[in-house]
Amino acid sequence: MPNAQSGFFEWVLFFIKTQGSLFLRGAGVTLLISLTGTIAGFIIGLAVGYVRARPLQKEDGAGRYWLMKVVRAILGAYIEIFRSTPMIVQAMVIFYGISAVFHVTLPYLLAGFIIVSINTGAYLSEIVRGGIQSVDPGQQEAALAIGMTYGQSMLHVVLPQAIRNILPALGNEFVVNIKDTSVLNVIAVTELFYVSKKAAGTYYKYFEVFFITSCVYFVMTFTVTRILRWLEKKMDGPENYVIHGSQTVPDVELIGKGGEKHA
Amino acid sequence: MPETIIEVRHLSKSFGDHEVLRDVDFSVGKGEVVSIIGSSGSGKSTLLRCMNLLEKPTGGEVLYHRRNIRDAGFDLHMYRAHVGMVFQQFNLFNNMTALENCVVGQMKVLKRSRAESEKIALDYLCKVGMDLYVHAKPRQLSGGQKQRVAIARALAMNPEVLLFDEPTSALDPEMVGEVLAVMKDLAASGLTMLVVTHEMGFARDVCDRVVFMDGGVIVESDTPEVIFTQPKHPRTREFLARVLQSEPQPV
Repeated sequence: MPNAQSGFFEWVLFFIKTQGSLFLRGAGVTLLISLTGTIAGFIIGLAVGYVRARPLQKEDGAGRYWLMKVVRAILGAYIEIFRSTPMIVQAMVIFYGISAVFHVTLPYLLAGFIIVSINTGAYLSEIVRGGIQSVDPGQQEAALAIGMTYGQSMLHVVLPQAIRNILPALGNEFVVNIKDTSVLNVIAVTELFYVSKKAAGTYYKYFEVFFITSCVYFVMTFTVTRILRWLEKKMDGPENYVIHGSQTVPDVELIGKGGEKHA
Repeated sequence: MPETIIEVRHLSKSFGDHEVLRDVDFSVGKGEVVSIIGSSGSGKSTLLRCMNLLEKPTGGEVLYHRRNIRDAGFDLHMYRAHVGMVFQQFNLFNNMTALENCVVGQMKVLKRSRAESEKIALDYLCKVGMDLYVHAKPRQLSGGQKQRVAIARALAMNPEVLLFDEPTSALDPEMVGEVLAVMKDLAASGLTMLVVTHEMGFARDVCDRVVFMDGGVIVESDTPEVIFTQPKHPRTREFLARVLQSEPQPV
């Protein structure tokens, strides 16, 4: 163990050697909760955004019309409440609220997952709704005009384009979640920040420990943003397309950029 | 008189206080090629869009083989599959290749198999001269190419009638010809077509009947010879004098 005269890097090395596995496990919990929470939040966001983007039609019948109105009001309240309060407060209210009402203590991983999902869902609902509205209405008209139902037109035409458009925002939300799961330390979720605080407190070496912690956070978020960028490119498909040739004409590749003509 | 496919009766449509269509009566017979002409804002596109319920009429009715398309038991989706539409802005599905654009409707609406759908799609893409570009995405195609794919997409559904909503208005002049040539072939093949257009040459040379609209009503409807050489109504004469300052180009 380094002593009082030891320098910064000696302590950093010491922590990496002795606490390395603890950091990794903390990073694992952080990544697990933020990844599953973002995915679940995205599913919530898709469902809520879909419902909120669907035009209300009186012709569907009065019962259905008013049911939709009520559902929308509830969804609207959900979005407003969770966007207007800090996640750290939501964590306290949900965790201690459940234990007070149901007399159960949620396992910390499950608690973290639930809190991150609900919080992310609120943000992504609005992003999905915006994504749906950003798709040219002509796309849906064309789908309806060949006989698709509203649902089919959304599934096959509008949502794939909407999701492509919101992918950067989705990646943003994932990165935010990797960092913001640190607030879950208030309900003792053993994510990266929680284990760091514990290690630092034991040796009273806050700078050294949190230097390592910030490096770990950076590596995680940087890797994730690269992967998402790659995914975006993949969704766009190849820049070039293959000329559909006969057996006598070999397939030729043409550059097809910007919608200009090529012969 | 050929068998009537679509009949429009007393159709009216308002957007708020603005009355776009007023008591329009109109019908399309089997095999007819009808063009609707008139100045911008005369209600021609709205009439077309009311016919497949992309716009909901505020009054009157649309009959398909004498059945009201707004009846409760009427299968609107199959109707739309049988009444194709080609848009001014092409509206190709941007997330799909040219081939997929022509396949998705057949599979999802007509429930054809993928193999069958692709075969039919290729046939029609070939017919519009786009068979080399089946793997291209819309963003990689020119306007004229997009519109030809859009026509193939509509044809792949084997429509009984094809509605064209100003199919060449968004195209560069040099690309108008390639789209009109495809439409001319279709007309010759006996397809029933209803074309909202500003291409007077097409209306005069290819269509069986020309409908002139102004101010939300049908002013005059007759053969191209009568409309273009001896229009009865002064408003028709006035409109044609304005747009025909240069002779219409034959297609």
